[in-house]
Amino acid sequence: MSEHVMSSSEISFSHPPAEGTGRIWKIFWLLSFITVIELALGFGLAKHWYGDPVANASMILFVKGAICILSLAKAFYIVSVFMHLGDEIRNLIMTIVVPLGIFIWFITAFLWDGNSWKNLKNTDGGSHPPRTEQEQSVPVEQGAKP
Amino acid sequence: MSTTAIPTNTKWWNGGRSPFNASYGKVMMWYFLMSDAFTFGAFLISYATLRFSLNGWVDANHVFNAFPFFGHQDLPLAFVSLMTFILIFSSVTMVLAVHEGHKMNKKGVEQYMILTIIGGIAFLACQAWEWTHLLTGEHFVLTHSGAVELMNTTVSHNPWGKQIHGAAVATALQNTTPEVLRAMILEHNHTVTAASLQNLTVPDLISKIDLNEVYIAQVGPPSFGSYFFGITGFHGFHVFSGVVINIIMLIKTKLDHFQERGHYEMIEKAGLYWHFVDLVWVFVFLCFYLI
Repeated sequence: MSEHVMSSSEISFSHPPAEGTGRIWKIFWLLSFITVIELALGFGLAKHWYGDPVANASMILFVKGAICILSLAKAFYIVSVFMHLGDEIRNLIMTIVVPLGIFIWFITAFLWDGNSWKNLKNTDGGSHPPRTEQEQSVPVEQGAKP
Repeated sequence: MSTTAIPTNTKWWNGGRSPFNASYGKVMMWYFLMSDAFTFGAFLISYATLRFSLNGWVDANHVFNAFPFFGHQDLPLAFVSLMTFILIFSSVTMVLAVHEGHKMNKKGVEQYMILTIIGGIAFLACQAWEWTHLLTGEHFVLTHSGAVELMNTTVSHNPWGKQIHGAAVATALQNTTPEVLRAMILEHNHTVTAASLQNLTVPDLISKIDLNEVYIAQVGPPSFGSYFFGITGFHGFHVFSGVVINIIMLIKTKLDHFQERGHYEMIEKAGLYWHFVDLVWVFVFLCFYLI
């Protein structure tokens, strides 16, 4: 059985011998640390540490952006170290990473579209300025029985 | 499989060796995972687009604030943190199994595969609890008919809208059925029995409700449930299939298939899939729970 597989025409490839587990544990602690920071920032969002959600909208957007960047860092370490993509040769890395670049357009275009959709709804297609927060919330009486 | 070092100035494209220095199976696993990343990416971007198009969404910290055996305590992010750490830890045991495979240590591979499988099952159990909690938990919601009704979270029902206050509460209670009013009283007042409320009229029932304590919300965007159950369900299905693949790999290890073959590359390929599941969770966790 073993002879058969070993003598197959499969072309050869080589990998460096396995190293110690030190790097794996280092990345584990790094990922845990990043997760704890994300949770602390998220907990702050839950407890309104960054002020009123409406008045301090830009501050909250900044915190959410920071959480997104931390998540991207986690994704990088998982792919690069746990999935060993960082140890593969450049050609293989590029055939995987370059197509994923389409996400830059994908995310930008669709979030832009969502935002534009909201603006059109709030202004009835741009025919009047956006209503205030209070006017937007559905009045309760509207649904009440006459 | 040659284990010699790669000579410098290797001509990768001259034939006789893989130009990517990796086996066919491993390269194709990478391309499968790339296409799966596009699938998950499309789902999450669809969710984000819809969320951007609405004036209000759901406060995740209000929806996901429960923890098993802690009753009604407000513990935002707690349970989902546990799920995240379970998945990170099972990722580490998986990469350690791959590491033992490089060293041809069958016992080590078996040991770490078992730990990885346990982690996967623990994650699925957590998700089952979370789904059950959402699907069975009923909340007082002011529906479009003007009456307060009990509503759970499903793909089409969202009880997590904005809280209503003051005169709106009083108006809503006037239109509410006695059954719902009785449930509202029993939620906070533990001294009365259901039987004693049976014959009371609507105004009498309303007088027994503490208007400062009762929590009534508007109907939230119904797409929340569709996206939440759809995307976490698709991810959970990946975890489930990952657990099945890992169990098959454990059995094949026990049957000495990889020892006879001379390498544990199948463990590496299963590992790639398992790490991908963890990778997707990073983004599901980000989009549904954190921001």
